[in-house]
Amino acid sequence: MIADTETKPSSVLTSAPDFEATGLPQWYQDLQRSAWEASSALPLPKRTDEAWRFADLKRAAALEAFQNASELDEVAVRELIARSEQLEATSGKFVFANESLAAAERPNIDGLICVPLSEAVEKHAQLLQEHFMTQDAALGSEKFAQLHKSRAKSGLFVYVPAGVEVELPLEAYHWVSGAHASMFPHTLIVTGENAKVTVVDYYGSASESEVGLSCGVVDLVAGRGSKLRYVACQRLSGESSNIHISSTLASADADVKSLQVQIGSAWSRTESVSHLSGKGANSDMLSVSAPSSSQQVDQRTLQHHGEAHTTSDLLYKNALNDHSRSVFAGLIMVDEGAHYTDAYQTCRNLLLSDEAEANSMPGLEINADQVKCSHGSTSGPITEEDVFYFNARGIPTDVAKQLITFGFAAEVFGKFQHEAIEEMVGKLVEEKFRQLA
Amino acid sequence: MSSAEATSAIDIDRSVGDFSYPESHEFDAGIGLTDKTIDYISDVKKEADWIREFRHRALKTFRDKPMPTHWASEDLHEIDFDKIRYYLAHGQRPTRSWDDVPDDMKETFERLGIPEQERKFLAGVEAQFDSEAAYSNVKESLEKEGVIFVNSTEGLREHPEIFKKWFGKVIPTSDNKFSALNSAVFSGGSFIYVPPGVKVSHPLQAYFRINAENFGQFERTLIICDEGSEVMYMEGCTAPKFETSTLHSAVVELVAMKDAKIQYITVQNWSANVFNLVTKRGLAHENAEIRWIDCNIGSRLTMKYPGVVMKGRKARGEVVSIALANDGQHQDTGAKMIHAADETTSNVISKSISVGQGRSTYRGQVHIPKHLKGCKNNTECDALLINTKSKTDTYPAITVRGNQHATQHEASVSQVSEDQIFYMKQRGLSEAEAMSLSVNGFVNDLVREFPMEYSVELKRLIDLEMEGSVG
Repeated sequence: MIADTETKPSSVLTSAPDFEATGLPQWYQDLQRSAWEASSALPLPKRTDEAWRFADLKRAAALEAFQNASELDEVAVRELIARSEQLEATSGKFVFANESLAAAERPNIDGLICVPLSEAVEKHAQLLQEHFMTQDAALGSEKFAQLHKSRAKSGLFVYVPAGVEVELPLEAYHWVSGAHASMFPHTLIVTGENAKVTVVDYYGSASESEVGLSCGVVDLVAGRGSKLRYVACQRLSGESSNIHISSTLASADADVKSLQVQIGSAWSRTESVSHLSGKGANSDMLSVSAPSSSQQVDQRTLQHHGEAHTTSDLLYKNALNDHSRSVFAGLIMVDEGAHYTDAYQTCRNLLLSDEAEANSMPGLEINADQVKCSHGSTSGPITEEDVFYFNARGIPTDVAKQLITFGFAAEVFGKFQHEAIEEMVGKLVEEKFRQLA
Repeated sequence: MSSAEATSAIDIDRSVGDFSYPESHEFDAGIGLTDKTIDYISDVKKEADWIREFRHRALKTFRDKPMPTHWASEDLHEIDFDKIRYYLAHGQRPTRSWDDVPDDMKETFERLGIPEQERKFLAGVEAQFDSEAAYSNVKESLEKEGVIFVNSTEGLREHPEIFKKWFGKVIPTSDNKFSALNSAVFSGGSFIYVPPGVKVSHPLQAYFRINAENFGQFERTLIICDEGSEVMYMEGCTAPKFETSTLHSAVVELVAMKDAKIQYITVQNWSANVFNLVTKRGLAHENAEIRWIDCNIGSRLTMKYPGVVMKGRKARGEVVSIALANDGQHQDTGAKMIHAADETTSNVISKSISVGQGRSTYRGQVHIPKHLKGCKNNTECDALLINTKSKTDTYPAITVRGNQHATQHEASVSQVSEDQIFYMKQRGLSEAEAMSLSVNGFVNDLVREFPMEYSVELKRLIDLEMEGSVG
């Protein structure tokens, strides 16, 4: 380790990873090698890329500064394990620190596979080959998705066989530690027919003063009639960067709900795609963020209806403080022949400061008829009427504003309809608001 | 006037530039676009040097700018700029006899009830629509009030003190590739100046000016309304205009000074082989109001996003838009609202109908920058899909900075409800009639914004377009 400090640290964006050093099977190394080639061949986003309209391109270019994370000592690891305490009751819990498995409470449920990605690559090669990053990133971050693919070794692989219902949530913590350290956590969840599962990812920095990068990819593959619930909580340090690319594939009668919670990081780019590929499929996409100081949230979404009789509903809310900035670009795409689609998309921005900025681009592309589609986007401050209502009941203005803002955010995680998770997210959001007050 | 211009056009100085044209193409700048084309247009128009330079600079900008296909339709690549005739002087347009006009076009005129004289003009049989009587009355009353209403060449030549100040200022040459093209080769269009306090009682129409190159390919319009004045301008007409040229690229600039009001009404019904790429923007000063009322029915691809820059306190901007896309058509329309002062308000209402395999798109931009107070925007887009292969898209972009503004955007996509159709059929209407009635109902509140004779024709036109789309 000490000898290494002599050499110039290499950038994760421009230097090839050491594929063999992972010790993972050959087929996976080959996959990573070709992903690396694909990633290096792709250019960084440009001003003229529609998928990066209003985006802070400097932030994307600045990813060059990030390096491989180094192994942590035992004390640091133990501290991170101790901080991995969000949900009280879980079916299983995994803690990754700088992409190594630090602790695991493995679930004991018949048929359920829930293992770290590195283990899945060895033991469940066939399942992985079938589902691992089979959907291309489509919302602008193709380069970063390939970069992720070339380096991914941590995160969870969850396979819930047909008919198996996992009652309590499965939880995974992804910690990044060190100056300009990076991590590439992956989550792959596959549900069989009528299976049921809830998975929570938590992304965090070991120290608030360090600048880190998380470049995560999440694939949710929901089988026929299954119920899949997924939460991503991002609370990286205030100067960190976050890229989170998630895609959902919902088969017939599958019901998927996903929730994004954005608390930390200076720049957070999330790209979420839902493909509805079978009759009766439903996808609910939820997001709540409360950026402050000069934080930026950059959200791109696609609700892709490929089959008739499918539904989707999106609700993204941003409560913007200080100099913060939000970009929301959403698209509902209804393919030819996807009749009887119901698709809704709502983005609401609450502007809490005179310096905050909200950009929204809600879009529709409808190529079928007999559809019900609508989108709405609003940006505005807390209205005086709302504050007056509280004042009239003896509640002072500052408290009233806090309550209104919390209520604004709470509508989102309330829709997730999971009491324990609602409570957990509520606490995270409240804590952020308290810091701001 | 027309004979005077014709004479002056013949007497061009051929020693300028070393080019010559065969006698038969005396008024024709030829095919394709070069510096010589520009010089030729400038020579024919006897333009001041600053305009010639303006055109040359614009040509360079046009060449430097890439096609905006990173967001716009790939169909734009189908335009072959080398095969286009950029300037045909007045009176030298290709002549055509009434017998050459396609039968379906004649039938449409018949059914819309277009007057005999207008039909010939619209079909391109006659170069100009003769409305001398109507025009001279209007002209007289306008002159009394000091209103200037001329074409672009005359405006820049006779009244540079008024028009030079704003010409190319609302829409800079480099705004986009097609505004640059227009700046290089513009001809025709209307230049209007309304003096302070004058409220023009009749709507002005390009129609009225008998000697103008009214519906030019590259028309240039500039309307300036001085303090407290009001004007309504109408462009186009409901009848399909039979055209052989395939590219139209107009630039329209509006300037509303303090307390002024401008309404600009467009009905676009180019034939289905035309690329209609138009840049329209208005600048509204304090307490001024600019309204764009826009109806797009024809063309192969229309790209048009009328905008208002609200530069003065309490300025207002509005876009009311109706688009109808039938087979082989793409109506890519929208609005651009730039708030640049406190308490400015803007409103966008867009309704589109896609029939057969038609595609309609709404593209919008709302921008409310920092340090402003009390800005409001409301945007509503509704799309109606008639057939299973009809398409519609919506791509708005809204930027709001600060906590003293309010914006809302709503869009919906729907069909004509089966219940409605059933109700009407039960009362003896055929399915097609019921469908037409429903569609007319969908746009009715917007059609009412048009002057009466337009709204009547619009309704008939919608009936026509809807024909054969059901059953």
